This record gives sequence, structure tokens and C-alpha cells, in this order.
Amino acid sequence: MEILGLYNYWVFVVLLMIGLYAVIAKPNLMKKLLGLSIFQAAVFLLYITMDKVDGGTAPIIQPGAVDQLYSNPLPQVLILTAIVVGISTIALGLAVVVRIFEAYGTIEDDEIQQADTRE
Amino acid sequence: MSLTSQLPALQVVVPMLTAPMVMLLRGSSLAWAAATAASVMAFCIAIALTLGVHDAGVLTYAMGGWPAPFGIELRIDAFNVLLLLITTGASSVALLSGRFSLARDLPEDRQPLFYAAWMVALTGLSGIAVTGDAFNVFVFMEISSLAGYILVAAGPDRRALTATIKYLVMGTIGATFYLIGVGLVYMMTGTLNFADMEVRLAEVTDRAPILLAAGFITVGLALKAAVFPLHFWLPNAYHHAPHMVTVFLAACATKVALYVLLRFDFVVFQGNLVGHMAQYAGFLAPLAILGILVGSAIAVVEGHLKRLLAYSSVAQIGYILLGASFGDMAGLSAAFTHMFNHALAKGGLFLVLAAFALRTSGLRLRDVAGLAHRMPLTCAALLILGASLVGIPGTAGFISKWLLLSAAFQQGPLGMVAVVVVVLSSLAAVVYVWKIVEQLYFGEPEDVSDKAATRTQASPFKSEAPAMLLLGIWVVALANIYFGLFPGFTVSLSESAAAGLMSHLP
Repeated sequence: MEILGLYNYWVFVVLLMIGLYAVIAKPNLMKKLLGLSIFQAAVFLLYITMDKVDGGTAPIIQPGAVDQLYSNPLPQVLILTAIVVGISTIALGLAVVVRIFEAYGTIEDDEIQQADTRE
Repeated sequence: MSLTSQLPALQVVVPMLTAPMVMLLRGSSLAWAAATAASVMAFCIAIALTLGVHDAGVLTYAMGGWPAPFGIELRIDAFNVLLLLITTGASSVALLSGRFSLARDLPEDRQPLFYAAWMVALTGLSGIAVTGDAFNVFVFMEISSLAGYILVAAGPDRRALTATIKYLVMGTIGATFYLIGVGLVYMMTGTLNFADMEVRLAEVTDRAPILLAAGFITVGLALKAAVFPLHFWLPNAYHHAPHMVTVFLAACATKVALYVLLRFDFVVFQGNLVGHMAQYAGFLAPLAILGILVGSAIAVVEGHLKRLLAYSSVAQIGYILLGASFGDMAGLSAAFTHMFNHALAKGGLFLVLAAFALRTSGLRLRDVAGLAHRMPLTCAALLILGASLVGIPGTAGFISKWLLLSAAFQQGPLGMVAVVVVVLSSLAAVVYVWKIVEQLYFGEPEDVSDKAATRTQASPFKSEAPAMLLLGIWVVALANIYFGLFPGFTVSLSESAAAGLMSHLP
């Protein structure tokens, strides 16, 4: 039961591995970036998971509510920043892939390497 | 509140605010001038901070007036200023002397954007070096990396693009690993401030997540720092980037990642994990030794000058890591001195290559044959810088190798292995530096009837590098000699940096 109770963490680990596998194993640069995106999303889940307090509510102070249990807002703020960083990275990566396609006519890693070694 | 107390924040704010301004400026000369002025100003701030740290020990600054650990604390000690000096110094020298080289590598209309990206990279790198907050480090690391990818992608060749995507993927994986590690530590301690983490970790009873965090952080940052065998992105990125970007990144980007690695490890983990020192040394020392050997060996057989120096950098990162893996006062101060001295030597050598690139068709060994007759002053500077890379007495490189060897001698039998490796790799450095020197001074240019060659034969100084670049090269070359003859400043700074880290050991 304890194992199942930690299912958020299992999802984190599985997503992390799927992402990492795609980055390493796929020769297509688009798929690599997709993998990278999944890889980062897994970490977002880790942070979101850790801020949840059992029985806690949204961290907004309301008049009259005493002894209210709140979830921790800080990891959400942190991961908001990390999401922005992730978006910028993927956007930049996609821009570079577009330029690679213009320059090489392909976005397959192995074909690009062949083109480079011919030079 | 005097201006002096605001310096830690200004160190980051000056390049950060210059970036959008530079982007709005039209005309490459104005953009270059603004970026250079900001970079030099950042260097002056770094010097002022060095003096401040010399007097006061540790400078702290509560960002936005929120006291640590609630707010972000900027915290500057000897280790930080060492990094700041390297980062801002490398940026200033590269910008000051790189006008012509960059103008040749980049189209005119793209230059303001390029300088803006440069400023952002400088912001990130200085940000990492001033902050005392683990998450802030991640943000600055990504800021500097994103800007760094743009700088590398600006390379003239289409292979710069493939180098960039490789660098981007590897860099992002490294940063994400670091983020996971920080998350795990935060989960157990509820704080992001380095100093506060150290205190609160002592109360944590379940150490398994912390051990996991140490693993993630070490591997992630080793990836960023191009520690062997995670160095594969580095030679391509250095090779295809514009020459001045290589000067800038080679001098500081990997060292900043190493800084975070050591800071995190010593401040947060060493005092709190039982047996961590043995694991840390047992993990890093073999990688350092392999990195030194493999990097040097590839550099010996490599035929392209930029790649040769890039592989030499892999070996030099190994030296820094080797010193740090001894985990004692002598080893750490040797590592820090080498950070500084290697930045001087390697930054200077890449400057020389930038000068060569302006006057030759390429940077393969055969392209530079006989160049000493056409560029005598530049080649003479290369002799000095090469000597510093090898570690010949009288140059800065000798000081750090000497410190590293004397630290290794104190380590018993394992240290002897390190000594043998360092000596072997220095011999390899002699070989690969000599390979360049031999081509420059004794090589026959392939096409002797070349018009340019015959014309310059008459007046040998005609095809020297542009004055600013030549000046930059010689300033760096003379700095190599200065810090070789009078190592007092670097060594005492490194020793107080090492003492700062050692004070966290139990």
C-alpha cells in the first residue's frame, strides 16, 4: 500500500525515464526535443507533489479562518520559474532545429553527421 | 546606505540592464561599445568586491531587503570573487579585443542582438557567482546557458547549429538533474539557502533522499562542467562557435559549473553525510585522471587547432577536479589557483587563434604553417601562453601545477598515481604545444607563390593582428608571466577560498 501511496513519485520516475530514453535513443531532433520536454515535465511533477500537505487547502488567507491547513506555495512558485525556463529552452531548441533543417535539409541526427563528415 | 554595499547586486544588474539597451541600439559599433563598457564596468565591480572581501571576509546582501533565509541572499567570499574576476575579466578582454573578429564572423544587422546575448550570458555567469541560494543558481545557470547556446549558434559554419543542439540537450539534462537534486534537498529541509541548508540538514534523520540529491547534483553539474566522460558537447561547441565566444566560454563557463559543484558539495553535503568525502573523492578522482589522460592524448593527435585546445581544456578541467578531489586545503587551493591560471592561459591561446583566423584560410595545422614570419608578435605571445599551458617555470601555469604536485605528494600512494598522471599529461602538453610552434616557425606554407605571402615577406609586420587584438593578446600573455613571477595574489585568494570551503568540514 505504501508503494501505491507514493504513485506521484512513480509517475515522476517513469516520465523522467521516458524523456531521457527519447533524448538518447531517437535520432530525430524533434523527437529529442519532445523527450527533453517530457523529461522536464517530470521534474515539474516532483515539485508540485512535494508542496501538497494532506488536508491542506490553497494558500490564501481568508478572514475568519483560523487553524487552517495550507499547502506550501513556495515549490509552486519555484516550478513556475522552472516552467518558464523550460519553455524558453524548448523554444530556442526548436528555433535551432528550424535553422538546421534550412542548412542541412534534414533533422535526422545520423544524416546530419554523414553530411558533416563528407565536408 | 552607500553605493559600495550595493556592489553585489550591481554585479548582476549592470550587464542585465545593458542587455535590452544593447538590443535597441542600431549599428554594430554602438552596440559593441555599450556592451564593452558594461563588461569593463562589471570587471571594475569585481575588483572592488575583491578589495571588499579582502577587508571584510564575507559580504552579504539581502535582495529586496528580505533577510536570509526567507529572501534571496547574495553572499560573496574569496571563492566567489575569484570566479567573478575570471568571468568579467574574460568577457572584457574578449569584447575589447574582439571587434574585428566578431565583425567578420557575424552579419552587421545581427551584431546588436549578439552583443545583447553576450550581456545576458555575462549576467547569468556573474549571477551564479554572487548568489547564495540554490534555486537562484539554477535560474542563473539557465540564463547563462540559453544565452550561451545563442552565442555558439552564431558561428559562421552550419556545423555551429548541430554543435548548439548537442550543447543545448546536454546542458538542459545537466540543469534538470541539478533541479531534481535541489528539489530533494528542499523536500527534506524546507530551505534553499546554502548556509541554511547546512544547518537544517543536521536535523534530518532520513538521509536517503539527501544521498540521492548529492548524486543528481554531482552528475548534473559534472555534465555542465564537461567532466570526462560527459565532455562530448564541449569540443564541438568550442570549435564551431565564433572565436571570441570560444575565448569567453573556454575561460569561464565550465569553471562556473565546477564552482557550483564544489560549493554545494562542501557547504551542504560534506558536513552532513557520513563517509561522503570518500564517495566524493572516489567518484571524482578517477574521472579527473581519465579526463586528463584522454583529453591530452586526443589533443596530441588532433589536427585542428581549436579542437586541439578544446581537448586540452578537457584535460585541464581534470586537473582542477583532481586537486579538488584531494579534499584538503592544499588540493583545493591548487584547484582554485589552476582555475584562474588556466583561464588566463587558455583564454589567451584562443585569442591568438582568433588572430590567426583573421589572416589565414583556416585553423588546421597546415593552414598556419610558417605564420611566424608573417605574424611575429602574435606567435611570440603564443610561445608564452603555450609555456604557461605546459607549466614552464616563470609562467602562471607552473605555479598551479607546482601546487597540485605538492598537494598530491601529501596524499600517499594514490597521490603518486596523480603525480605520474600530471607529469605524463604535462609531457603530452609539451608535444601538442610544440606541434603548433613547429608549424608556425618551421613549417613551409603550402602555396609559397601566394600573393599575400610574398607581399608580406618584404615587410613582416604587415599582416599582424589588428592593434586591439594584438594588445589584448599581449596583455594576457604578460599577465601569465606576471602571475607566474608574483603568484602572491592568486595563491592567497585561492587559499582563503579553500579555507572558506574547508571550514564546513566536520
